[in-house]
Amino acid sequence: MSPSETAHSWQRRHLLGTEDLAPAEIHHILDTAASFKKTLDRTQKKLPSLRGKVVANLFLEPSTRTRIAFEVAANRLSADLLTLTGTSSSLEKGESLRDTACNIEALRADMIVLRHSAPGSPLYLSRIVDIPVINAGDGAHEHPTQALLDAFTLREHLGDLTGRKVAILGDILFSRVARSNIWALTKLGAKVTVVGPSTLVPSTCTALGAEVSHDLREGLADADAVMLLRIQHERQARTHFPSLGEYTQLFGLNAERSSWLKPGALILHPGPVNRGVEIDSELADSHPSVILEQVTNGIAVRMAVLYLCASAARLASNADLPA
Amino acid sequence: MSAAASFLLRGGRVIDPAHGTDEERDLLVLDGRIAPADTPVPAGTPVEEVGGLLVIPGLVDIHVHFREPGQTHKEDVASGTRAAAAGGFTRVVCMPNTSPPCDNAGTLRSILDAAERKGVVRVHTTGCLTRAMEGAELAPIGSLARAGAVAVTDDGLCVQNNGLMRQIATYARMFGLPVLDHCQDTSLTEGAVMHEGEWSLRLGLRGWPSAAEEIIVARNLLLAEHTGAHIHLQHLSSARSVDLLREARARGVPVTAEATPHHIALTDAALAGYDPSAKMNPPLAAEPHRRALVEGLRDGTISCLATDHAPHREYEKDVELDFAPFGIIGLETALPVALEVLHRQEGFSLPRVVDLLTRRPAELLGLPGGTLAPGAPADLAVVDPDRTWTVGPGELHSRSRNTPWLGKELRGRAVATAVGGRWVYREGRILADNAEG
Repeated sequence: MSPSETAHSWQRRHLLGTEDLAPAEIHHILDTAASFKKTLDRTQKKLPSLRGKVVANLFLEPSTRTRIAFEVAANRLSADLLTLTGTSSSLEKGESLRDTACNIEALRADMIVLRHSAPGSPLYLSRIVDIPVINAGDGAHEHPTQALLDAFTLREHLGDLTGRKVAILGDILFSRVARSNIWALTKLGAKVTVVGPSTLVPSTCTALGAEVSHDLREGLADADAVMLLRIQHERQARTHFPSLGEYTQLFGLNAERSSWLKPGALILHPGPVNRGVEIDSELADSHPSVILEQVTNGIAVRMAVLYLCASAARLASNADLPA
Repeated sequence: MSAAASFLLRGGRVIDPAHGTDEERDLLVLDGRIAPADTPVPAGTPVEEVGGLLVIPGLVDIHVHFREPGQTHKEDVASGTRAAAAGGFTRVVCMPNTSPPCDNAGTLRSILDAAERKGVVRVHTTGCLTRAMEGAELAPIGSLARAGAVAVTDDGLCVQNNGLMRQIATYARMFGLPVLDHCQDTSLTEGAVMHEGEWSLRLGLRGWPSAAEEIIVARNLLLAEHTGAHIHLQHLSSARSVDLLREARARGVPVTAEATPHHIALTDAALAGYDPSAKMNPPLAAEPHRRALVEGLRDGTISCLATDHAPHREYEKDVELDFAPFGIIGLETALPVALEVLHRQEGFSLPRVVDLLTRRPAELLGLPGGTLAPGAPADLAVVDPDRTWTVGPGELHSRSRNTPWLGKELRGRAVATAVGGRWVYREGRILADNAEG
């Protein structure tokens, strides 16, 4: 299906999260991404959609994979890139986010892709600048393009997600990936269970529309897919679980435990993978793992997001969408 | 200062909870003092027609931050007292978390001197509990008391060491000084910016569990009981805190508490758009907590309202929520917010709402004022309880604009404010001729 056949018409200039997206909007992004994905294997990979436009990658928190994926996506659409990295604390860098953003706009950037440690900063930025703002991760709040690429990957393998069961395993409390996925996947009809230690999986997650389990076997039972989150012991201040070893013992995924899933269930991970911690090393490379597919799909989804938001802001040229 | 005046307020609804007064009658001010009800009006006394308006004691706020000395770009005694006057307040109590902190008699005197020179309402101040508010060593509470401190507090910071807090309570009692405590167990609030609950989870913001307040409330109730010292719990925000306090007060423990207008009016849902003007300490909590505070005020468990007026400039608040300072201004919105929530929504009588903003806070700290007693200095406010107005930036007299009601319409407003019989505020304008203000 090409985007022109999608019934929904895209209106958003900003992509700030998945929480406020309608299911039709999510399908619209995924359908557009599917079209773009086909172009990734061409020998000539560049599309002219954003030619002459400047995409500013404002990454105020360390990130390699998301930043690179946005760079590749922008390059494929022929945009010029402006990359700014730094620390997000306004005190440390001596310039406020408002001033930084206004400077980027004054440099005549056409869109801003923002990664920031502070939840809500993309919303804040979208109220300051007149150009589209794409959230590339804001603290523990949202990481919409990650959830969209996850949904894209699941949809490619499972088709319609209605009634499918997806387990998200790990640090939910501090995870923007978990939040964005809970909202995106439940909107697509999937049933989401969040699984992990009680200190990292608050019972209030039910208010977000997910089921909560602190028992791995129960959480994985009959799941069509399991999504692992990166466990960062340093970030959790060593007070949320005693050691990586104990985490792995209780919640690490291995071949035996993956048999608790539905046969053929998918294993996803947003990366970077801690081999031997949240997942057994061989399992990460084995057949049900779609971790590298997620990376490729991430380019297509980010192309779709850049393209759609640019279109809504009347930046993209309409003539050159791939068939 | 101009000479204290005489005037007759004619036809207003006079509410003076301390005397059980709530009636339409004239109020005579003679030479700056409230005249007894049957005093003949001297010929030539100017008459102010106040029909349809309330005539009430000047409001009393036992919790303000005027940022002087050290952070006068946010507020100072001149701008702060003008905001107070515009809100109907005639008496305020400053918190000592200035820069440097008010932990010695010299700093305390300098604040009172500034108030004398630049203030347009009556200003009291508090001293610190601990040196430099570091929570480690006793501040010279005796010297602070002698210099005029009306209470001691490390407001903004909470003494974490229970042993030290016990000594503070025991020591302060010797001077009859109430200990005002900002109840926060900081081990539970590291990095936290809002109430922990569904909203914090949804917004990805670090949550502040209500237990952080409740644990210290429980500690303070026990220490007040053991030491006999009066411990006052500042800006209560949690339902369980109210329960604990109710039980302790029933047993006669010398503990009191205040609630802010914002905690009784708003919930953590106000953070939904990451608005830094809804970020304060303690944070806005979920609806059951808000309700419990209202009920605490209704049954007297919570003694009074206090604003925790905490000015920060626009550019300081105009940042990512995580980085914004805690606190909002409150002096100019307290009365309409209290009227809206307590009177119109919750059915408190007007005298009861006035009581919570006048006599109760004054009595709590043993301050004069808060009543229209015959012979007392005429500290009063004339209030139009039904006037609607928009909290525009130009309407505010504070140097800062950090209020969640900015741009919103409120109902009820002080029309005029008099201190010692002298009009200091009338219809949006400050009238005081205090040269340095």
